[in-house]
Amino acid sequence: MLATAIALVFFYAPNDADQGFVQKIFYVHVPLAIVALIGFVVAGLLGVMHLRTRDDRWDYRSYVAIHMGVIFGVGVLITGAIWAKAAWGKWWVWDEPTLVSFLIVFLLYVTYYPLRYSIEDPQRRARYASVFAITAGAFVPINFIAVRLAENLVHPRVLNQTAGDMPGEMRLTFLVALAGMALLYMTLVKLELTSKHARGQLRRLRRLLEEEGSPGGAAPPPIVTVPAKPE
Amino acid sequence: MRPVGAILRKDLLVELRTKESVPSMAIFAVTTFVIFHFGLDRDRLEGELAAGVLWVTILFAAILGINRIFVAEREQGGFDGILMAPIERTSLLIAKAGALFTYLLALELVALPVFALFFLSDGFWEALPRLLVVAVLADLGLATVGALLASIAVHTRARDLLLPLLLLPLTLPVMIGAAAATKPLLSIPLETSGVGKWLAVLALYDLIFGLLAYAVFDFLMED
Repeated sequence: MLATAIALVFFYAPNDADQGFVQKIFYVHVPLAIVALIGFVVAGLLGVMHLRTRDDRWDYRSYVAIHMGVIFGVGVLITGAIWAKAAWGKWWVWDEPTLVSFLIVFLLYVTYYPLRYSIEDPQRRARYASVFAITAGAFVPINFIAVRLAENLVHPRVLNQTAGDMPGEMRLTFLVALAGMALLYMTLVKLELTSKHARGQLRRLRRLLEEEGSPGGAAPPPIVTVPAKPE
Repeated sequence: MRPVGAILRKDLLVELRTKESVPSMAIFAVTTFVIFHFGLDRDRLEGELAAGVLWVTILFAAILGINRIFVAEREQGGFDGILMAPIERTSLLIAKAGALFTYLLALELVALPVFALFFLSDGFWEALPRLLVVAVLADLGLATVGALLASIAVHTRARDLLLPLLLLPLTLPVMIGAAAATKPLLSIPLETSGVGKWLAVLALYDLIFGLLAYAVFDFLMED
Protein backbone atom coordinates (compact mmCIF):
# COMPACT_ATOMS: atom_id res chain seq x y z
CA MET A 1 0.00 0.00 0.00
CA LEU A 2 2.76 2.38 0.95
CA ALA A 3 4.67 1.40 -2.17
CA THR A 4 1.60 2.16 -4.28
CA ALA A 5 1.33 5.48 -2.54
CA ILE A 6 4.96 6.32 -3.24
CA ALA A 7 4.57 5.33 -6.87
CA LEU A 8 1.47 7.49 -7.16
CA VAL A 9 3.23 10.39 -5.48
CA PHE A 10 6.06 10.36 -7.95
CA PHE A 11 4.45 9.30 -11.20
CA TYR A 12 0.77 10.13 -11.03
CA ALA A 13 0.06 13.24 -9.00
CA PRO A 14 0.69 16.50 -10.85
CA ASN A 15 3.26 18.94 -9.57
CA ASP A 16 1.83 21.84 -7.63
CA ALA A 17 1.48 24.98 -9.69
CA ASP A 18 3.52 27.31 -7.52
CA GLN A 19 5.42 24.97 -5.22
CA GLY A 20 6.54 22.45 -7.77
CA PHE A 21 8.21 19.24 -6.77
CA VAL A 22 8.61 20.09 -3.08
CA GLN A 23 4.88 19.95 -2.64
CA LYS A 24 5.16 16.14 -2.83
CA ILE A 25 6.31 16.07 0.78
CA PHE A 26 2.68 16.86 1.52
CA TYR A 27 1.84 13.21 0.83
CA VAL A 28 4.14 12.18 3.67
CA HIS A 29 3.69 15.06 6.09
CA VAL A 30 -0.08 15.31 6.28
CA PRO A 31 -0.83 11.57 6.56
CA LEU A 32 1.87 11.27 9.23
CA ALA A 33 0.27 14.06 11.24
CA ILE A 34 -3.27 12.77 10.88
CA VAL A 35 -2.27 9.22 11.81
CA ALA A 36 -0.23 10.42 14.82
CA LEU A 37 -3.12 12.51 16.17
CA ILE A 38 -5.63 9.72 15.65
CA GLY A 39 -3.17 7.39 17.36
CA PHE A 40 -3.07 9.69 20.39
CA VAL A 41 -6.85 9.81 20.65
CA VAL A 42 -7.06 6.03 20.22
CA ALA A 43 -4.47 5.66 23.00
CA GLY A 44 -6.86 7.58 25.24
CA LEU A 45 -9.68 5.19 24.37
CA LEU A 46 -7.38 2.24 25.07
CA GLY A 47 -6.66 3.87 28.44
CA VAL A 48 -10.39 3.91 29.15
CA MET A 49 -10.52 0.21 28.25
CA HIS A 50 -7.67 -0.50 30.65
CA LEU A 51 -9.29 1.32 33.55
CA ARG A 52 -12.53 -0.51 32.88
CA THR A 53 -11.20 -4.02 32.47
CA ARG A 54 -7.98 -3.80 34.49
CA ASP A 55 -6.35 -5.90 31.82
CA ASP A 56 -2.68 -4.98 31.39
CA ARG A 57 -2.82 -5.69 27.70
CA TRP A 58 -4.91 -2.56 27.13
CA ASP A 59 -2.30 -0.54 28.94
CA TYR A 60 0.42 -1.96 26.72
CA ARG A 61 -1.61 -1.15 23.63
CA SER A 62 -2.17 2.37 24.86
CA TYR A 63 1.54 2.73 25.59
CA VAL A 64 2.61 1.46 22.19
CA ALA A 65 0.01 3.64 20.45
CA ILE A 66 1.47 6.71 22.16
CA HIS A 67 5.01 5.53 21.54
CA MET A 68 4.42 5.18 17.81
CA GLY A 69 2.49 8.44 17.77
CA VAL A 70 5.49 10.24 19.24
CA ILE A 71 7.82 8.67 16.68
CA PHE A 72 5.46 9.69 13.88
CA GLY A 73 5.31 13.11 15.55
CA VAL A 74 9.06 13.53 15.15
CA GLY A 75 8.57 12.70 11.48
CA VAL A 76 5.78 15.27 11.22
CA LEU A 77 7.92 18.01 12.72
CA ILE A 78 10.89 17.22 10.49
CA THR A 79 8.95 16.91 7.24
CA GLY A 80 6.92 19.95 8.25
CA ALA A 81 10.05 22.00 8.79
CA ILE A 82 11.43 20.97 5.40
CA TRP A 83 8.18 21.84 3.70
CA ALA A 84 7.92 25.13 5.57
CA LYS A 85 11.45 26.07 4.52
CA ALA A 86 10.61 25.33 0.91
CA ALA A 87 7.17 26.90 0.81
CA TRP A 88 7.42 29.83 3.22
CA GLY A 89 11.19 30.32 3.39
CA LYS A 90 11.44 29.65 7.13
CA TRP A 91 11.97 26.47 9.11
CA TRP A 92 9.42 27.42 11.68
CA VAL A 93 6.63 30.01 11.79
CA TRP A 94 4.54 30.88 14.82
CA ASP A 95 1.44 32.21 13.13
CA GLU A 96 0.28 28.83 11.90
CA PRO A 97 -2.19 27.32 14.35
CA THR A 98 -1.73 23.79 13.05
CA LEU A 99 2.03 23.88 13.59
CA VAL A 100 1.79 25.34 17.05
CA SER A 101 -0.94 22.99 18.23
CA PHE A 102 0.94 20.01 16.93
CA LEU A 103 4.08 21.12 18.74
CA ILE A 104 2.17 21.51 22.01
CA VAL A 105 0.55 18.10 21.67
CA PHE A 106 3.94 16.63 20.88
CA LEU A 107 5.53 18.25 23.94
CA LEU A 108 2.74 16.94 26.11
CA TYR A 109 3.11 13.38 24.87
CA VAL A 110 6.87 13.43 25.29
CA THR A 111 6.26 13.78 29.05
CA TYR A 112 4.51 10.40 28.94
CA TYR A 113 7.91 8.69 29.12
CA PRO A 114 9.27 10.35 32.29
CA LEU A 115 5.88 9.79 33.90
CA ARG A 116 5.78 6.13 32.98
CA TYR A 117 9.35 5.38 33.94
CA SER A 118 9.25 7.11 37.29
CA ILE A 119 6.53 4.88 38.75
CA GLU A 120 7.81 1.54 39.93
CA ASP A 121 4.76 -0.42 40.95
CA PRO A 122 3.54 -1.95 37.65
CA GLN A 123 -0.16 -1.74 38.47
CA ARG A 124 0.02 1.84 39.59
CA ARG A 125 2.12 2.64 36.54
CA ALA A 126 -0.50 1.14 34.26
CA ARG A 127 -3.29 3.05 35.95
CA TYR A 128 -1.49 6.39 35.97
CA ALA A 129 -0.37 5.97 32.38
CA SER A 130 -3.98 5.31 31.40
CA VAL A 131 -5.18 8.38 33.26
CA PHE A 132 -2.56 10.40 31.42
CA ALA A 133 -3.55 8.88 28.09
CA ILE A 134 -7.21 9.77 28.67
CA THR A 135 -6.51 13.32 29.83
CA ALA A 136 -4.09 13.98 27.01
CA GLY A 137 -6.38 12.33 24.47
CA ALA A 138 -9.16 14.73 25.44
CA PHE A 139 -6.67 17.56 25.32
CA VAL A 140 -5.76 17.00 21.66
CA PRO A 141 -8.99 18.37 20.13
CA ILE A 142 -9.38 21.12 22.77
CA ASN A 143 -5.87 22.32 22.13
CA PHE A 144 -6.44 22.47 18.42
CA ILE A 145 -9.59 24.53 18.94
CA ALA A 146 -7.88 26.93 21.35
CA VAL A 147 -4.81 27.53 19.23
CA ARG A 148 -6.87 27.88 16.08
CA LEU A 149 -9.00 30.54 17.75
CA ALA A 150 -5.87 32.36 18.82
CA GLU A 151 -4.28 32.58 15.42
CA ASN A 152 -5.42 33.54 12.00
CA LEU A 153 -6.38 30.83 9.62
CA VAL A 154 -3.80 30.42 6.90
CA HIS A 155 -2.66 26.83 7.11
CA PRO A 156 -4.26 24.86 4.32
CA ARG A 157 -7.14 23.03 5.90
CA VAL A 158 -6.76 19.90 3.85
CA LEU A 159 -9.61 17.78 5.02
CA ASN A 160 -12.57 20.11 4.82
CA GLN A 161 -11.34 21.49 1.56
CA THR A 162 -10.46 18.20 -0.04
CA ALA A 163 -13.42 18.28 -2.33
CA GLY A 164 -12.92 21.93 -3.06
CA ASP A 165 -9.46 22.70 -4.27
CA MET A 166 -7.50 19.52 -4.77
CA PRO A 167 -7.53 18.09 -8.26
CA GLY A 168 -8.72 14.50 -8.56
CA GLU A 169 -5.31 12.91 -9.06
CA MET A 170 -3.92 14.69 -6.04
CA ARG A 171 -6.85 13.70 -3.89
CA LEU A 172 -6.57 10.06 -4.87
CA THR A 173 -2.83 10.06 -4.19
CA PHE A 174 -3.40 11.75 -0.86
CA LEU A 175 -6.02 9.24 0.23
CA VAL A 176 -3.84 6.31 -0.81
CA ALA A 177 -0.92 7.83 1.09
CA LEU A 178 -3.13 8.34 4.14
CA ALA A 179 -4.33 4.75 4.06
CA GLY A 180 -0.77 3.53 3.56
CA MET A 181 0.45 5.55 6.51
CA ALA A 182 -2.36 4.27 8.70
CA LEU A 183 -1.47 0.70 7.74
CA LEU A 184 2.19 1.40 8.48
CA TYR A 185 1.22 2.74 11.89
CA MET A 186 -0.88 -0.31 12.68
CA THR A 187 1.86 -2.65 11.52
CA LEU A 188 4.44 -0.92 13.67
CA VAL A 189 2.13 -0.99 16.68
CA LYS A 190 1.55 -4.72 16.15
CA LEU A 191 5.26 -5.35 15.76
CA GLU A 192 6.14 -3.41 18.88
CA LEU A 193 3.44 -5.19 20.86
CA THR A 194 4.72 -8.57 19.71
CA SER A 195 8.26 -7.66 20.62
CA LYS A 196 7.20 -6.36 24.03
CA HIS A 197 5.23 -9.54 24.61
CA ALA A 198 8.17 -11.70 23.55
CA ARG A 199 10.56 -9.72 25.72
CA GLY A 200 8.25 -10.13 28.72
CA GLN A 201 8.09 -13.87 28.20
CA LEU A 202 11.83 -14.11 27.76
CA ARG A 203 12.33 -12.27 31.02
CA ARG A 204 9.94 -14.60 32.78
CA LEU A 205 11.74 -17.66 31.43
CA ARG A 206 15.11 -16.26 32.46
CA ARG A 207 13.87 -15.65 35.96
CA LEU A 208 12.63 -19.23 36.17
CA LEU A 209 15.98 -20.52 34.92
CA GLU A 210 17.83 -18.48 37.49
CA GLU A 211 15.63 -19.80 40.26
CA GLU A 212 16.34 -23.30 39.05
CA GLY A 213 20.07 -22.68 38.92
CA SER A 214 20.32 -21.05 42.34
CA PRO A 215 20.96 -23.43 45.26
CA GLY A 216 18.10 -22.10 47.35
CA GLY A 217 15.50 -22.51 44.60
CA ALA A 218 13.04 -25.08 45.85
CA ALA A 219 11.58 -27.18 43.05
CA PRO A 220 10.80 -24.56 40.44
CA PRO A 221 7.96 -25.40 38.10
CA PRO A 222 9.08 -26.88 34.78
CA ILE A 223 9.37 -24.31 32.06
CA VAL A 224 6.91 -26.00 29.72
CA THR A 225 4.04 -25.13 32.01
CA VAL A 226 4.65 -21.40 31.78
CA PRO A 227 1.23 -20.20 30.68
CA ALA A 228 1.46 -18.31 27.45
CA LYS A 229 -0.29 -14.99 27.72
CA PRO A 230 -3.21 -15.15 25.30
CA GLU A 231 -2.85 -12.46 22.72
CA MET B 1 -20.12 17.62 50.34
CA ARG B 2 -19.23 17.51 54.05
CA PRO B 3 -15.89 15.72 53.58
CA VAL B 4 -14.95 18.26 50.91
CA GLY B 5 -15.60 21.06 53.37
CA ALA B 6 -13.63 19.31 56.10
CA ILE B 7 -10.55 18.70 53.95
CA LEU B 8 -10.71 22.18 52.49
CA ARG B 9 -11.01 23.73 55.95
CA LYS B 10 -8.07 21.64 57.13
CA ASP B 11 -5.90 22.78 54.21
CA LEU B 12 -6.76 26.44 54.57
CA LEU B 13 -6.24 26.31 58.34
CA VAL B 14 -2.83 24.66 57.89
CA GLU B 15 -1.93 27.28 55.31
CA LEU B 16 -3.07 30.09 57.61
CA ARG B 17 -0.95 28.76 60.44
CA THR B 18 2.19 27.68 58.59
CA LYS B 19 2.02 30.31 55.82
CA GLU B 20 3.90 27.93 53.60
CA SER B 21 2.56 28.35 50.06
CA VAL B 22 0.80 31.65 49.43
CA PRO B 23 3.50 34.02 50.76
CA SER B 24 6.16 32.19 48.74
CA MET B 25 3.99 32.36 45.65
CA ALA B 26 3.44 36.09 46.16
CA ILE B 27 7.12 36.84 46.73
CA PHE B 28 7.97 34.76 43.68
CA ALA B 29 5.47 36.70 41.57
CA VAL B 30 6.77 40.09 42.68
CA THR B 31 10.37 39.05 42.06
CA THR B 32 9.43 37.75 38.64
CA PHE B 33 7.86 41.13 37.78
CA VAL B 34 11.16 42.78 38.69
CA ILE B 35 13.01 40.27 36.53
CA PHE B 36 10.66 41.00 33.64
CA HIS B 37 11.35 44.69 34.11
CA PHE B 38 15.05 44.13 33.57
CA GLY B 39 14.65 41.33 31.06
CA LEU B 40 12.41 43.40 28.83
CA ASP B 41 13.98 46.72 29.78
CA ARG B 42 10.57 48.37 29.93
CA ASP B 43 9.04 50.65 32.56
CA ARG B 44 5.47 50.53 31.35
CA LEU B 45 3.62 47.70 29.67
CA GLU B 46 0.34 47.57 27.81
CA GLY B 47 -1.76 45.30 25.63
CA GLU B 48 -0.48 41.85 24.80
CA LEU B 49 2.91 42.28 26.46
CA ALA B 50 1.29 43.25 29.75
CA ALA B 51 -1.13 40.33 29.52
CA GLY B 52 1.69 37.93 28.74
CA VAL B 53 3.92 39.07 31.61
CA LEU B 54 1.01 38.92 34.04
CA TRP B 55 -0.18 35.44 33.14
CA VAL B 56 3.20 33.81 32.70
CA THR B 57 4.14 35.05 36.16
CA ILE B 58 0.92 33.78 37.70
CA LEU B 59 1.31 30.40 35.99
CA PHE B 60 4.86 29.95 37.28
CA ALA B 61 3.89 31.09 40.76
CA ALA B 62 0.98 28.63 40.63
CA ILE B 63 3.41 25.78 39.96
CA LEU B 64 5.04 26.46 43.33
CA GLY B 65 1.73 26.03 45.12
CA ILE B 66 0.62 23.06 43.05
CA ASN B 67 3.89 21.27 43.77
CA ARG B 68 3.22 21.46 47.50
CA ILE B 69 -0.49 20.78 47.56
CA PHE B 70 -0.19 17.05 48.34
CA VAL B 71 3.02 17.18 50.38
CA ALA B 72 1.30 16.89 53.74
CA GLU B 73 -0.78 13.95 52.50
CA ARG B 74 2.30 12.13 51.27
CA GLU B 75 4.51 12.77 54.27
CA GLN B 76 1.99 12.19 56.99
CA GLY B 77 -0.17 9.43 55.61
CA GLY B 78 -3.16 11.52 54.65
CA PHE B 79 -3.75 9.37 51.57
CA ASP B 80 -4.27 6.28 53.71
CA GLY B 81 -6.62 8.24 55.92
CA ILE B 82 -8.75 9.27 52.96
CA LEU B 83 -8.73 5.71 51.62
CA MET B 84 -9.84 4.26 54.92
CA ALA B 85 -12.48 6.87 55.60
CA PRO B 86 -15.96 6.03 54.33
CA ILE B 87 -16.08 8.96 51.95
CA GLU B 88 -15.88 9.44 48.22
CA ARG B 89 -12.29 9.76 47.11
CA THR B 90 -13.16 12.46 44.65
CA SER B 91 -13.85 14.75 47.60
CA LEU B 92 -10.09 14.93 48.06
CA LEU B 93 -9.70 16.22 44.51
CA ILE B 94 -12.46 18.79 44.91
CA ALA B 95 -11.06 19.98 48.22
CA LYS B 96 -7.54 20.26 46.84
CA ALA B 97 -8.77 22.11 43.77
CA GLY B 98 -10.72 24.41 46.08
CA ALA B 99 -7.62 25.05 48.20
CA LEU B 100 -5.55 25.78 45.11
CA PHE B 101 -8.25 28.08 43.82
CA THR B 102 -8.18 30.01 47.10
CA TYR B 103 -4.38 30.20 47.01
CA LEU B 104 -4.46 31.55 43.47
CA LEU B 105 -7.05 34.19 44.37
CA ALA B 106 -4.92 35.22 47.35
CA LEU B 107 -1.88 35.34 45.09
CA GLU B 108 -3.68 37.60 42.63
CA LEU B 109 -4.82 39.84 45.46
CA VAL B 110 -1.15 40.69 45.87
CA ALA B 111 0.16 40.23 42.35
CA LEU B 112 -2.46 42.32 40.49
CA PRO B 113 -1.97 45.57 42.47
CA VAL B 114 1.81 45.16 42.39
CA PHE B 115 1.65 44.54 38.65
CA ALA B 116 -0.48 47.66 38.18
CA LEU B 117 1.88 49.69 40.33
CA PHE B 118 4.97 48.50 38.49
CA PHE B 119 3.85 48.44 34.92
CA LEU B 120 0.46 50.03 34.20
CA SER B 121 0.10 53.74 33.61
CA ASP B 122 -3.61 54.07 34.37
CA GLY B 123 -6.94 52.52 33.59
CA PHE B 124 -6.35 49.64 35.99
CA TRP B 125 -9.50 50.35 38.01
CA GLU B 126 -11.64 50.41 34.90
CA ALA B 127 -10.28 47.08 33.77
CA LEU B 128 -10.40 45.45 37.20
CA PRO B 129 -13.95 44.00 37.27
CA ARG B 130 -13.51 42.26 33.93
CA LEU B 131 -9.98 41.25 34.83
CA LEU B 132 -11.32 39.55 37.93
CA VAL B 133 -13.73 37.49 35.84
CA VAL B 134 -10.84 36.38 33.64
CA ALA B 135 -8.79 35.56 36.73
CA VAL B 136 -11.55 33.49 38.34
CA LEU B 137 -12.07 31.41 35.18
CA ALA B 138 -8.34 30.94 34.64
CA ASP B 139 -7.79 30.04 38.29
CA LEU B 140 -10.54 27.43 38.12
CA GLY B 141 -8.82 25.74 35.21
CA LEU B 142 -5.37 25.94 36.79
CA ALA B 143 -6.67 24.64 40.11
CA THR B 144 -8.54 21.68 38.60
CA VAL B 145 -5.79 20.53 36.26
CA GLY B 146 -3.18 21.35 38.90
CA ALA B 147 -4.86 19.21 41.56
CA LEU B 148 -5.24 16.31 39.12
CA LEU B 149 -1.65 16.42 37.90
CA ALA B 150 -0.25 16.98 41.40
CA SER B 151 -2.00 13.81 42.55
CA ILE B 152 -0.34 11.96 39.64
CA ALA B 153 3.09 13.49 40.13
CA VAL B 154 3.18 13.03 43.90
CA HIS B 155 3.30 9.27 43.48
CA THR B 156 6.22 9.25 41.07
CA ARG B 157 9.93 9.31 41.77
CA ALA B 158 10.61 12.57 39.92
CA ARG B 159 7.66 14.42 41.39
CA ASP B 160 8.71 18.09 41.48
CA LEU B 161 10.35 17.65 38.13
CA LEU B 162 7.46 15.94 36.45
CA LEU B 163 4.71 18.32 37.52
CA PRO B 164 5.77 21.37 35.46
CA LEU B 165 6.48 19.11 32.50
CA LEU B 166 2.94 17.79 32.59
CA LEU B 167 1.29 21.02 33.65
CA LEU B 168 2.70 23.51 31.17
CA PRO B 169 1.46 21.90 27.94
CA LEU B 170 -1.89 20.92 29.46
CA THR B 171 -2.65 24.41 30.77
CA LEU B 172 -1.60 26.12 27.57
CA PRO B 173 -5.20 26.69 26.50
CA VAL B 174 -5.75 28.50 29.82
CA MET B 175 -2.77 30.71 29.09
CA ILE B 176 -3.95 31.41 25.55
CA GLY B 177 -7.43 32.24 26.77
CA ALA B 178 -6.39 34.32 29.77
CA ALA B 179 -3.76 36.30 27.90
CA ALA B 180 -6.03 36.93 24.92
CA ALA B 181 -8.88 38.05 27.18
CA THR B 182 -6.57 40.31 29.20
CA LYS B 183 -4.89 41.92 26.20
CA PRO B 184 -7.77 44.26 25.24
CA LEU B 185 -8.42 45.06 28.91
CA LEU B 186 -4.88 46.32 29.40
CA SER B 187 -4.73 48.16 26.09
CA ILE B 188 -4.77 51.92 26.03
CA PRO B 189 -7.53 52.90 25.55
CA LEU B 190 -9.42 50.07 27.20
CA GLU B 191 -11.28 47.78 24.85
CA THR B 192 -13.91 45.25 25.71
CA SER B 193 -14.67 43.68 22.36
CA GLY B 194 -13.51 40.12 21.92
CA VAL B 195 -13.25 39.43 25.64
CA GLY B 196 -16.46 37.42 25.77
CA LYS B 197 -15.27 34.84 23.28
CA TRP B 198 -12.18 34.11 25.37
CA LEU B 199 -14.17 33.91 28.57
CA ALA B 200 -16.29 31.27 26.84
CA VAL B 201 -13.14 29.35 25.84
CA LEU B 202 -11.87 29.45 29.42
CA ALA B 203 -15.22 28.35 30.79
CA LEU B 204 -15.36 25.48 28.30
CA TYR B 205 -11.87 24.36 29.28
CA ASP B 206 -12.81 24.49 32.98
CA LEU B 207 -15.93 22.46 32.34
CA ILE B 208 -14.27 19.76 30.22
CA PHE B 209 -11.26 19.29 32.45
CA GLY B 210 -13.37 19.50 35.60
CA LEU B 211 -15.53 16.62 34.38
CA LEU B 212 -12.50 14.70 33.16
CA ALA B 213 -10.65 15.08 36.45
CA TYR B 214 -13.78 14.04 38.31
CA ALA B 215 -14.07 10.94 36.15
CA VAL B 216 -10.48 9.71 36.37
CA PHE B 217 -9.49 10.70 39.90
CA ASP B 218 -10.87 7.56 41.52
CA PHE B 219 -8.34 5.47 39.63
CA LEU B 220 -5.42 7.41 41.04
CA MET B 221 -6.40 6.65 44.61
CA GLU B 222 -6.60 2.89 44.73
CA ASP B 223 -3.74 1.88 46.91
